[in-house]
Amino acid sequence: MPALAAADIHARLLARFGAQITAFDAAALQPCATVEAAALPAVATMLRHDPELQMDNLACLSAVDWPKDNPPRLDVVYHLFSYVHRHAFVLRVALPREDPHVPTVETAWPVANWHEREAFDLFGIVFDGHSDLRRILLPDDWPGHPLRRDWTEPESYQGLPVKARTLEQRLQDGEAVGVGPYDEDVPRSHGPAIVIEAEARS
Amino acid sequence: MSAIAMPSLVVPTGPPAWSDDELDIDEMVLNMGPQHPSTHGVLRLELRTDGEVVRAARVHIGYLHRSFEKCVEAVDWPGVVPFVSRLDYVAAMGNELGYALAVEKLLGITCSPYVQTVRVIMAELQRIASHALAIGCYGMDLGAFTPLLHLFRDRERILDLFESTSGARLLYNYIWIGGLSHPLPEGFVPVCRRFLRDFLEVTHPELMDLLMGNAIFIRRTAEVGVIPPALAIAHDLSGPNLRGSGVSFDLRRDEPYCGYENYRFDVVVGKGEHGPVGSCWDRNWVRAMEMAESARIVQQALDRLESMEPADVRATVPRRVKPNKGSVYARSEAPRGALGFHIVSDGGLSPWRVKVKSPCFTAMSVFHLLARGIFLADIVALLGSLDVVLGEIDR
Repeated sequence: MPALAAADIHARLLARFGAQITAFDAAALQPCATVEAAALPAVATMLRHDPELQMDNLACLSAVDWPKDNPPRLDVVYHLFSYVHRHAFVLRVALPREDPHVPTVETAWPVANWHEREAFDLFGIVFDGHSDLRRILLPDDWPGHPLRRDWTEPESYQGLPVKARTLEQRLQDGEAVGVGPYDEDVPRSHGPAIVIEAEARS
Repeated sequence: MSAIAMPSLVVPTGPPAWSDDELDIDEMVLNMGPQHPSTHGVLRLELRTDGEVVRAARVHIGYLHRSFEKCVEAVDWPGVVPFVSRLDYVAAMGNELGYALAVEKLLGITCSPYVQTVRVIMAELQRIASHALAIGCYGMDLGAFTPLLHLFRDRERILDLFESTSGARLLYNYIWIGGLSHPLPEGFVPVCRRFLRDFLEVTHPELMDLLMGNAIFIRRTAEVGVIPPALAIAHDLSGPNLRGSGVSFDLRRDEPYCGYENYRFDVVVGKGEHGPVGSCWDRNWVRAMEMAESARIVQQALDRLESMEPADVRATVPRRVKPNKGSVYARSEAPRGALGFHIVSDGGLSPWRVKVKSPCFTAMSVFHLLARGIFLADIVALLGSLDVVLGEIDR
C-alpha cells in the first residue's frame, strides 16, 4: 500500500472524529493536526492499527510551553512514523498550563512510557492512565518543572546553595576563602591574597 | 521501498514487572551502578535477583542530567552546537550534523556539494570511531581485551584526523549551521586514504576473526538479549539495534540527507547467523559490518572530493540565525541510531525549544523487558550490546 500524505491522513481522521480534530496546519514544514485531549486514545488506536495508516513507530514525543499565548498553553507533540507504509504524521494536543492532563498513549506505542515520564518530569504534564508516572531525569524530590519557561532556579537544593557566589559575597558572609595560585577569584600575587585571607578570617 | 513483514508477536506492554513486595528468602536486590565500569557511564540498574538469575530489573537514569534543553534556551542558535557535541560525547560529529540539518531545514539553507561531502566524510569516520569504541568495550565487558587495543589503535588515527581538521579530539564544534568551521587541512585526503586501506585490509578482518568469530564470544552473546522486530519498533529502537533485529531501515538510504543517495553502500541487517535474529551477537555484527560500509562510503566521498573544486565551507553560514516562527522534527542516522531534533522557533535569536530524541534513551526503555529471567552476567552482555551513551540519555 502506498505512503499517504499528511493531508490524506488528516482527511481520514476528520472523517472518523469530526470536530474532535480541532485544527490542521497544512502550511507548516511538517503538517500538524491538533486533537482534543479526550479523543487522543481513540485517535492513537486508529493511527496505530488502521491497515492503511499503521503508524507503528512513535518517533518523538515532546512538549512545548507557550506561557505568553492567549490562552497560555502547553503543547504535547507526537511525531509518528510508519515502518510499513513509510509515511509520517504529526499530532498535537493543546493543554491548559494549570493542571494539564492528557491520556497516555503507552498502549499504542510502548516507548511513550519513558517519553511521557520525561514530559511529566520537566513540564509537569500528567499523563492519565500511565503505568509508572515517576520523575525520570531529576531527583524525586526536585521542586518544580524546569523546562517550563517561567521556571526560576531555586536558591538552594536540600539546604545546599546551588548558585555560584562572587568572592565579595563569600567574604561578606565571613567564609574562609581558599587562597592559592589555582583559585581563579584570587589575584595571583602573594600580597593581596594574604590580605584577603586575613579579612576573611577576621 | 519495501514493506516489512511484521511477525505476529505479542509485544509485552503494561507495567514493568517490578514490585516492592517483600523479597523471597532467596531473593536480593542488587544495585549495579551508578559507578560501575560496565554500565558505560553513570547508569543505575536495580536488579531483583534470585541467585544468579535476574527476576526483574529497573533502570534509573538522570545521573548525568545537565539540563541541556534548558541551557540552550539561553544561547543563540549557533551557540547550541558546542552543547550538542556534549550529548553523545563519543560521537560528537553525528550530533552536530543532526542539529545543523534540523536548523537548516527550518531556515531553508542547502549547503554546497563540497560541504555535504566533507560532512559525509566526518559523519562516517565518526561512525567507525564510535563503533570501534562500542565493539572494543563490549569485547572487554565479556573478557576479550585484545580487540579493544586493535580498535583503539585505529580510532586514534581517526581522532588524529579530526584533530588536524577541527583542533579537537572529542568535542569538535565542527559542523556549523550552514557549513563547517574549518576547511579540510592540507594532506587530509592521503592520510585518510592510508587509514581506510589499513582499516579495511588489517583491522576489520582481524576484528571479524578475533572477536566476532570467537567461539567464546558467540557462546556469550548469540542467545542473549533477543529483541524481536516488533518489539524493536514498538520501543523505537534505531540504528544497529533495530537492524540487528532484522529490520532493514537506515535513514541514510530511506530518508537521504547530505547527498547519501549518491553513494553505494549496503544496509547491514542482522541475519541470526548464530542463534535467533536480534541477539546481542547480531547487533554487534551489524556494527562491525557497518564499519566496513562506512569506510567504503568515505572512500567514495574522497573520490568525489578530489574531483571537486574546493569551496568556501563558510559560504552559506548565515551571519545572523533567526528562523521564522515554526517547528521542525529532523532525524539523521547517528552512530547509535536515529537522532531526532524537535526544534521550535518563536522567531527569536535563541531556540524556543530543542528536544533531543536520543536513540540511546529509547534503547534503554526496553531494557527491563529483556533483563527479566536472564543471568546476572548476561546483564553486562545485554547492556553493552545496546551501546548506550549516558550523556545522550540524560542530556
